[in-house]
Amino acid sequence: MNELTLMLSDPFMQRALVAALLVGLSAPVVGTYLVQRKLSLLGDGIGHVALTGVALGWLVGSALGLASDDVLAIPGAIVAAVVGSLLIEVVRRRGRTSGDLALAIMFYGGIAGGVLLIGIAGGSSGNLMQYLFGSISTVSETDLVLTVVLSAVVLGVGLGLRAALFAVSHDEEFATASGLPVWVLNAAVAVVAALTVTVAMRVVGLLLVSALMIVPVAVAQQVTHAFGRTMLTASAVGVVVCVTGLSITYWNNVSPGAMIVVLAIAVYVVVSVARPLLTRRPATGDPHPDIPDDVEIGPGATKEACS
Amino acid sequence: MKPTAGAGSADAPDGTPVVQVSRLHVRAGASHILRGIDLTVRRGEVVALLGANGSGKSTLVKSVVGVTPPSEGTVQVLGSTLWADRVPWERVGYVPQRVGAGSGVPSTAQEVVASGLLHGRRLWLPRGWRDQVHDALAQVDLADRAHDPCHVLSGGQQQRVLIARALVRRPDLLILDEPVAGVDRPSQEAFAETMRHLVTDGLTVLVVLHELGELAPLVTRAVVLRHGKVVHDGAPPTARGDHDGVGHQHVHPHAAEPRPALPEPGLTEPVVGR
Repeated sequence: MNELTLMLSDPFMQRALVAALLVGLSAPVVGTYLVQRKLSLLGDGIGHVALTGVALGWLVGSALGLASDDVLAIPGAIVAAVVGSLLIEVVRRRGRTSGDLALAIMFYGGIAGGVLLIGIAGGSSGNLMQYLFGSISTVSETDLVLTVVLSAVVLGVGLGLRAALFAVSHDEEFATASGLPVWVLNAAVAVVAALTVTVAMRVVGLLLVSALMIVPVAVAQQVTHAFGRTMLTASAVGVVVCVTGLSITYWNNVSPGAMIVVLAIAVYVVVSVARPLLTRRPATGDPHPDIPDDVEIGPGATKEACS
Repeated sequence: MKPTAGAGSADAPDGTPVVQVSRLHVRAGASHILRGIDLTVRRGEVVALLGANGSGKSTLVKSVVGVTPPSEGTVQVLGSTLWADRVPWERVGYVPQRVGAGSGVPSTAQEVVASGLLHGRRLWLPRGWRDQVHDALAQVDLADRAHDPCHVLSGGQQQRVLIARALVRRPDLLILDEPVAGVDRPSQEAFAETMRHLVTDGLTVLVVLHELGELAPLVTRAVVLRHGKVVHDGAPPTARGDHDGVGHQHVHPHAAEPRPALPEPGLTEPVVGR
């Protein structure tokens, strides 16, 4: 118990816990839309592009001779992630076949651009490690304010517009025929995904951001069959794994980002294994007993088929 | 012999045009899908759009609901020109062709139907949306399945959910793309019964069909498309969905005919709901 109060009274840990809580809450909200649109890998694509943004921020920071080289890294990541996500959305809209390819090119370009630019800025790829794998223990007060603001935007859009975002994600053709601003709503999902990536970057790192958006949704899908409840359950799972994972690393010296993601996957495995044991399984039977038969079979036919 | 606006609708209950398509061309890449379509649907009419696969029925319907932009010509719905004016989409219900694969996250019938309450001027669900959704599901006889995920429903029931989604906004104009394709006979009869009530209440309907079937008594006019042109606009074929019907097409797999860029998956669906 004393250990717990010790952890909670540590200002570094306090900031880290708030950041983890917010990320755990908001990432699965966005993730639910991404899974629904079958864009589970979009977060990864944005994450890679954000790395170029980090390096670009670094380059601009050192060129301007700012006190700390990495002060512009997060703003750089935000700009790059938003631009990248909108670009992916434009490509997705233009032609369906090339969307997959464009996403792949963005993956590689993002990483290569990041490593290249950080070298030009006089850093090494080692400087990128904290962004690739997270560095939640170094969350400053400025970082925390940014995290709170961005999470508020993500939750505000993700929850506030959920009926319209659901409609667009569920059936784009019908949404268009309803006169919904489909392009604006699609762009909103893309931008919110980009903001989530940059918020979660501190907690789990760019390479694992997508896991935090997608894995809780995968867990939720095991136990619920409604869109709204999937989102709610996923958020709850996200908060639990983020806070628990971070707390574990307070006592054990392991990477918080990796711990959180491994924990989320462990929850997924446990739930998938336990689900058949926990849920009352109705006897398997005809799912549509009340539907009359369409096909008339002559009296001789069934016998013939059997012989 | 292009039918001019209003031709063939002498027995229209009301003169006001609800849908007015003039000289509509749609091209997609090398395909010239619609080649100068003129079509007018007046208030209170039930117009059946017939034709073979690839004749442009679905493309025409998609042009009317603002999904497919015209390459040439204009489309007017409820007096507003598409792609120029603000069309009152809240008065139009659209039932697209049912697509086989569901979305990544399962959603309930209630959630899907509720999305029909949104339109260009309303991005949030209105107060009392649950009651409205319940009423719409009751119209298609699925009120008891509101909380079931769509993917466990049969093909015919899924189709009815999509019809409820179009009805929930209480439209003046209902546009349906093959509403009974791959739907079992009882669902077709239930659908025809629902339509009968709505048409009596003054609903205007434009429906893409393969054969008139159960809807035959309701249809006031038939428009037949062939290779992107209107080849018949007038009285519906009298023979009820039998082989001598004007619009009848045998159900067969797609032959080697050139496929338009926009697919028409009507016949790729199973004949009986799963």
